[in-house]
Amino acid sequence: MKLSLNPNAPDRRLLDEGRRTRAMTWIMSVMLFLTVLSGGLGLGMLAATAQLDRQLSGRLTVQIVEPDAAVRDRQARELVAALRSTAGVVRAAEVDRARLAELLKPWLGDTGLDPDLPMPAMIDVDVRGDAAVRATEEAARRIAPSARVDRHAQWLSPVRSFMATLTWLAGGLVLLMASATAAVVLLAARAGLDTHRDTIEVLHMLGSTDLQVARLFQRRIAIDTLLGGAIGAALALGLIWLLQSRFDALGSELMSGVALQQRDWFLLLLLPLSFALLATFAARVAVLRALAKTL
Amino acid sequence: MASGMANIVQFENVGLRYGTGTETLSDLSFTLTSGSFYFLTGASGAGKTSLLRLLYLAQRPSRGVVRLFGEDAGVLPRARLPGFRRRIGVVFQDFRLLPHLSAYDNIALPLRVAGIPESDIEAPVREMLAWVGLTDRGKAKPPTLSGGEQQRIAIARAVIGRPEILVADEPTGNVDPDMAERLLHLFDSLNRLGTTVVVATHDFHLLNRIPNARMMRLEKGRLHDPTGALRHPPASPA
Ligand SMILES: Nc1ncnc2c1ncn2[C@@H]1O[C@H](COP(=O)(O)OP(=O)(O)OP(=O)(O)O)[C@@H](O)[C@H]1O
Ligand SMILES: [Mg+2]
Repeated sequence: MKLSLNPNAPDRRLLDEGRRTRAMTWIMSVMLFLTVLSGGLGLGMLAATAQLDRQLSGRLTVQIVEPDAAVRDRQARELVAALRSTAGVVRAAEVDRARLAELLKPWLGDTGLDPDLPMPAMIDVDVRGDAAVRATEEAARRIAPSARVDRHAQWLSPVRSFMATLTWLAGGLVLLMASATAAVVLLAARAGLDTHRDTIEVLHMLGSTDLQVARLFQRRIAIDTLLGGAIGAALALGLIWLLQSRFDALGSELMSGVALQQRDWFLLLLLPLSFALLATFAARVAVLRALAKTL
Repeated sequence: MASGMANIVQFENVGLRYGTGTETLSDLSFTLTSGSFYFLTGASGAGKTSLLRLLYLAQRPSRGVVRLFGEDAGVLPRARLPGFRRRIGVVFQDFRLLPHLSAYDNIALPLRVAGIPESDIEAPVREMLAWVGLTDRGKAKPPTLSGGEQQRIAIARAVIGRPEILVADEPTGNVDPDMAERLLHLFDSLNRLGTTVVVATHDFHLLNRIPNARMMRLEKGRLHDPTGALRHPPASPA
């Protein structure tokens, strides 16, 4: 009774196929649908977090709040000049006044743009390395004592930690699904042993080993879980692909980071395979344990 | 009688109790010699099937020692049971054919279980089908066969592996007298090839068809051996 994938192999007929149910295939397709979705979410979040980190780690904003517009403009000019000659500063530029007004419009309203209202000067700074961050802070203190230096990474850190939480959640879901799958397979294997009790007893009396009997169940569960897993995973991958093209259409800088790389798709494809392996192993353990209690 | 006088089966003070009731089998002590032919008789409920179950390792004794092929079957590790069972052919009283397999596949089962390559299976199965007179029923599923036909398939399955011991529980219960005699003749030829045969039967007509057969008689779970042939087998007459 060697393992054979030939559907007409004699040992494939040993368990009565007429008593087989499709339940396992359906359960597995639902399981893998949810698992691959969770996996896609996790990998997407991981990619987005990485992109966020790359974008924000070196980006600072210096704000000069100074009621005297002339002083403010002079300080801004001097600071930009100073920063441009600072080691590690890649780029330093004052944010265009008109654009700033545009940005503030939603808060101040159309009429709110009082020319007397003191507007801060904003300087975008791209730096490389922590030393440059400190140099920027020092220069700002020296030239414009009222300046405030914001690290983007700081004020986006709640977003980042939310994304990290989602990543963990997705990973947890995948593990949860894996354990639920193992449990379902254990139950299915036990039910199968019950259904085929007479056959197994005869096989034993004819000298079958426990491994031979376990293999019959293993292969069956492997086929069911592979088939169900393929269906569920295909649906989930299709859905992820659809969502991703929607994200791309949004054109949002943040959302575009969610894009899955080739490696991510490959990992997602591995999920149904590893679940089938897990199921096969669970079936083997369940059957061998149950058989060990018989004579 | 090819094999010598080796004790292939040995029961020592064997008792069997199902659950907590009284003992179904008590104080069984006997020896079966290799290559001999035994009839096991006794009224219905006397314990014939129970004794045979001990013999083919479907059951462990509640007390005493069952020795098979020289080893204490009571302490055999589970992993060694399949090897022992492959040396014993069994015709179950209720046949135990797999209903979803064809007659052919049922007969082939012991060979497949033993890992015989598929190319070496067809010829012996065809031979067995012919032997039990069912050449044209190879494709039939057991539920579509008559009781007697099922019984013959069960016998073919029991002997195809050339077992060292053949245990047959009422193997002629469902066939007409002619077929019964033919089947008994099959057992006899197998016995001549060296297989130790144990046949449980109610059918007294059969008993004197095998001149060299020895009798075991069960009464209410105890073995009666008026001739003393079991414990001290006479020299092989053949
Ligand atoms: N699995 C079991 N559990 C409990 N009692 C059993 C079991 N098998 C047999 N018995 C009892 O053991 C006794 C002997 O049964 P057994 O089947 O060995 O008799 P038998 O001689 O083969 O009878 P028959 O000629 O009718 O086949 C009977 O009283 C039966 O009820
Ligand atoms: Mg009986």
